[in-house]
Amino acid sequence: MVSRYSTWSAEAAQQVLDLLSEGERLILPALQALQHEFGYVPREAVGIVAKHVNVSVADTHGVLSFYHELRTSPPAPIIVSVCVAEACQANGSRELVTSIEQSIAPVGSRSADGSVDVVEVFCLGNCALGPAVLVNERLVGRVNLDSLTRAVATARDEVNA
Amino acid sequence: MTTIYVPRDSAARSVGADDVAVAIAREAAVRGADVTLIRNGSRGLLWLEPLVEVVTESGRVGYGPVTESDVAGLFDAGFLAGSDHPLSVGIVEEIAWLKDQQRVTFSRVGIVDPLSLNDYEAHGGLVGLRRALEIGGDAVVEEVLASGLRGRGGAGFPAGIKWRTVRGAQSDQKYVCCNADEGDSGTFADRMLMEGDPFTLIEGMVIAGITTGATQGFIYSRSEYPDANDTMREALEIAYLNGLLGNGVLGSEHAFDLSLRVGAGAYICGEETAMLESLEGLRGMVRPKPPIPALEGLFGMPTLVNNVMTLASVPGILVDGSAAYQALGSERSRGTQVFQLAGNIAQGGIVEIPFGITLSELVNTYGGGTRSGRPVRAVQVGGPLGAYFPADKLDVSLDYEAMLAAGGMVGHGGVVVFDESVDMSLQARFAMEFCAKESCGKCTPCRIGAVRGVETIDKIREGVDRPGNLVLLNDLCDLMTDGSLCAMGGLTPMPVQSALRHFPEDFQR
Repeated sequence: MVSRYSTWSAEAAQQVLDLLSEGERLILPALQALQHEFGYVPREAVGIVAKHVNVSVADTHGVLSFYHELRTSPPAPIIVSVCVAEACQANGSRELVTSIEQSIAPVGSRSADGSVDVVEVFCLGNCALGPAVLVNERLVGRVNLDSLTRAVATARDEVNA
Repeated sequence: MTTIYVPRDSAARSVGADDVAVAIAREAAVRGADVTLIRNGSRGLLWLEPLVEVVTESGRVGYGPVTESDVAGLFDAGFLAGSDHPLSVGIVEEIAWLKDQQRVTFSRVGIVDPLSLNDYEAHGGLVGLRRALEIGGDAVVEEVLASGLRGRGGAGFPAGIKWRTVRGAQSDQKYVCCNADEGDSGTFADRMLMEGDPFTLIEGMVIAGITTGATQGFIYSRSEYPDANDTMREALEIAYLNGLLGNGVLGSEHAFDLSLRVGAGAYICGEETAMLESLEGLRGMVRPKPPIPALEGLFGMPTLVNNVMTLASVPGILVDGSAAYQALGSERSRGTQVFQLAGNIAQGGIVEIPFGITLSELVNTYGGGTRSGRPVRAVQVGGPLGAYFPADKLDVSLDYEAMLAAGGMVGHGGVVVFDESVDMSLQARFAMEFCAKESCGKCTPCRIGAVRGVETIDKIREGVDRPGNLVLLNDLCDLMTDGSLCAMGGLTPMPVQSALRHFPEDFQR
């Protein structure tokens, strides 16, 4: 499968940072812009961001390591974010997670073929139609393993298109 | 020509609304039917999603839940004329579930085209802002104060006092920040308003800006809400193009700029000071108070921080006057609360109703009990930091003070229902586990207490010195309650101790 993201290079990263507005010359928006472009924020980016925003490397690393969503290595083409919060628990998300672990990958890891990352999230705002998962940016409600498998297949087609 | 509404709300899309919309357009083309398809917000009757509405002479007739494969049959049955069909729910406005509500904040959600400013104005939009421009800042503050509106994010602080404080603060730069980091499980009202009626939030923020003297606003939303963020970005663009934002708001001398910022997966950033840190691009670490954000907030400047629901309530308050809003509610909880029915519930969705309704009415009358059909066992109110109520204690009145007296809180209005299969010791463990994962780490009771809480509950579950560990757990909870810097560590004991109190048998298995 092809990546949805550009290939990392320090030069390309600098171009992304140069496009930030004045109000976005802050650590988090800079890291988010890089992740949006490259899919992750390599360690090498920390110094580049620190210099661009005019803060210390330590502060930049601190932000990078604080937010769950910021990644320091490339993601799989498909990310399955499973809601594991209370409203989805009430609708069987614990059982769903068990079957996802058996058929795709354990939470926090990648499928054997390298195409899917399974991550846990706390609440997708679909609490009346749980359990809910996000497959890349598509929300799937009242999900079971069948409908999840279909959603992953759709995402696979989109990534390959 | 017939107008058809199919929601674009992400909950509706999560159960196939896009496929239904495509199928309707395709079927209409094949049959040569002249239809206009509008993607509205959701009416909030989520168990009926995708809910398709057809405009007829007698009103908007609803059909739901519709799947792609139902569409041809709906055309055959003549749904374009509002004909009967097994999926018909009749005139949507007449459904008792909806009709008995008193929608103020949600008055337009599901009715209008979310991104049509004309539709917005045709349904009473911008009237509140025009009135605010006419009566001036002092009078707006008086209106908000007199309405009795309290912060809908969870803390319930009187909004008018905050507005007055920021208005009175002397500074060259002030900010308005909308807390749209709706991380509580069981809540989705902010998301639905941003997707279904974004201009109301924008209008509320402009009113807040011109009233407090802030010229820059931020909406701090969540990355878990991609659809809401897309809709909000489009709405902001439209608002700029039409002079609602920027220099000279609606032709006045006031300037107000507004932008959307999106978080990166951190529950703690819903705490207002952590949110301000995050808006400054930093780690979402909680700040000690004082200083209060109203005086020293974003970048050290006076900052009004309000939740989406609070800000979105203000335009309506200005349209109908504070007295009309103040007339609703009970005791010191005035106006309406947008409750969200979630979890294992037959009829989940949005119930906006004056404060004072009982939890039982919400869960049993509106909610219709559990979706699984098994008896209700526990109901968690107010998100992951809220208390669990057992099925025989649901007669509590939902207002700020009554909930406090009952050992709970209204929070952001989320109501999560569990059936009898729930293991409450596991829910108590989750509360601690969640706190351990999401704590910002600044204060010790929260950072270390949550980890010790998980360990202690594990011991209790495994049967290791249960009496001793139960004492220890309660002691730890008291310490976290008293010693934590913010509500994260301070309220995590609430679900834990309510589970211990109401469901002791689950800790003795």
